[in-house]
Amino acid sequence: MNENTNSHTHSCQRPAPTPEEITRRRFLERVILVAGGIGALILTVPIVGFILAPFFARPPKIWRSVGKVESFKIGATAAVQYEDASALSWAGVTARSAAWLRRVDADTFVAFSINCTHLGCPVRWLAQANLFMCPCHGGVYYQDGAVAAGPPPLPLPRYPVRVKNGDVQIETSSIPITK
Amino acid sequence: MLKRIFNRISDWVEDRTGIITTIGEMARHLAPPDAKWWYVFGSATLCAFMIQVLSGVALAFSYIPSASQAYPTLQFISDEAPFGHFLRGLHYYGASAMVLMVGLHMAQVFLFGSYKFPRELSWATGVLLLGFTLVMGFTGQLLRWDQNAVWSVVVGAEQAGRVPLIGNWLAHFTLGGDTVGGATLTRFFAIHVFIMPALIFAFVGLHLWLVLRHGISEPPTAGKPVDPKTYREEYKELLEKTGRPFWPDAAWRDAVFCVGMIVGIAALALFFGAPVLGKPPDPSIIAASPRPDWYLLWYFAVLALLPHGSEKYFMVFGPLLVGILLIALPFISNRGERSPSRRPWAIAAVVMIVLMIAALWVKGVRSPWSPNFKAQPLALSVIGATNGPVFIGAQLFHSKGCLNCHLIGDDGGRRGPDLTDVASRLPKSQMILRIANGGVNMPAYAGNITQADMDALVAFLETRKTRRP
Repeated sequence: MNENTNSHTHSCQRPAPTPEEITRRRFLERVILVAGGIGALILTVPIVGFILAPFFARPPKIWRSVGKVESFKIGATAAVQYEDASALSWAGVTARSAAWLRRVDADTFVAFSINCTHLGCPVRWLAQANLFMCPCHGGVYYQDGAVAAGPPPLPLPRYPVRVKNGDVQIETSSIPITK
Repeated sequence: MLKRIFNRISDWVEDRTGIITTIGEMARHLAPPDAKWWYVFGSATLCAFMIQVLSGVALAFSYIPSASQAYPTLQFISDEAPFGHFLRGLHYYGASAMVLMVGLHMAQVFLFGSYKFPRELSWATGVLLLGFTLVMGFTGQLLRWDQNAVWSVVVGAEQAGRVPLIGNWLAHFTLGGDTVGGATLTRFFAIHVFIMPALIFAFVGLHLWLVLRHGISEPPTAGKPVDPKTYREEYKELLEKTGRPFWPDAAWRDAVFCVGMIVGIAALALFFGAPVLGKPPDPSIIAASPRPDWYLLWYFAVLALLPHGSEKYFMVFGPLLVGILLIALPFISNRGERSPSRRPWAIAAVVMIVLMIAALWVKGVRSPWSPNFKAQPLALSVIGATNGPVFIGAQLFHSKGCLNCHLIGDDGGRRGPDLTDVASRLPKSQMILRIANGGVNMPAYAGNITQADMDALVAFLETRKTRRP
């Protein structure tokens, strides 16, 4: 206890710091700030970089076969499923994607995104009505993807599609984000 | 004997840490005597948060934040683990209570004018805590990682995508890549379990520190405005004259209310249980109707009811503007009357906001803008014919998707007008015109329907008249 009291009294009675002491303290404060800054930088760059990694990653695009040409009826629209381009091994079922594939004529296919351009909900195809309809806010599209009704600001996006060796192939794409 | 040992231990701890006196002084800080049941909502929010921390930590003992395994672990927690279903319910209703209590606390503080000088930053940190709570609610719903969660991520990414310039980046950041996949869930897990709780702990600390610094605001008196020049002295005088130690004179109400809330939450968890898990999180299952949990359902309604085209601006600037306005409130007006009886517009604002959210919420529950995909083909008794054009027209009304959006009797959707008695108000020519040309929310069928089908459809609709006895 005594010791404490002493040191307390002592610090209260200290003479005013000399100019040298002031300069020295300012210098030490700067040393702390600079050292802290360097330390923070060393930690921040990799940590923030790691978290923001999806900004920079551009996963490869792959053509995925979704079925034989003859399995699609001319004039019909069907749901097709395929695997994302670079699925992580723990992705499980989340690695799967779907598209609406329309066979326009013998050699022409169109692949539509299933994501409504309003807020991304999965649109459904009503075969007998020839319409895509969104379950969230009631967006409707015609068979060619043009907006028929409701809030969607843009037509249904299309994915690259081709026919190779008798297979219909869709190029894996990102979920279309309306700007 | 035991008491002596306990006293010696506590004396020793006090000597080495000083913590008992410090906490004791904080707990016994003087509070205005008439701060009664109105003042329990803040501590109730904290109490709900503690339930969330405890039940959340417990759930984390079994939950695996992996895109492929989260769903099975949730099934395990719900169906097999002892107390698992109850624990999920506790976490869900705890979250609901926290959102509710934040709202009540905020309304009370606003109505009592407690945000005025010198408590501006108490309000501002409170607004941030409200934001954190909503982020917790949204990310928590996603950790349920069923089909609804996956599509909620997509909807969230679409909304982030509307932000000017950096929208695309934000959307990719939300998804953890180009699509929903292995990297998506872990991001929300880290946000929900580490980042947000840390922020909440820190800001609750600051929020409480400010309570100690400025004291619990005295209930307002009409005709006694806040003047920053004299307020602190008056408050000090009030406490010296009539102040009571917070512990236990005021704290007992907080304790009673908190326990009551815990009992309520536990009862809800026991009798109603946690939200049922949806289908697996497979983005290729197209039959999905994503819905947010109840505390964001009103916002779902806002997005549905906005005029087309304006949502682009609203989605970005709407929440931003609300946040800025709320934080700015005490800086716009930090003096003057505190009593709600002298601030009729404050009462009006609270009533209007509550009515608005309640109305939007009711709309959100019914979501009439969502097409009804479960609509069944019309019953023969409703059609009133077993063959001929009227019968064929009724079949077309279902197959052409009309029934998804229009009601006939009790069957159908509510997106468009109820057509149960359309023939009573529309002539044939108008029906044909509307079916062929469509409207803002109705597709044009002109290129999509044969003349024969159109005739049958109209023949059916012409029989839809109010039957008056």
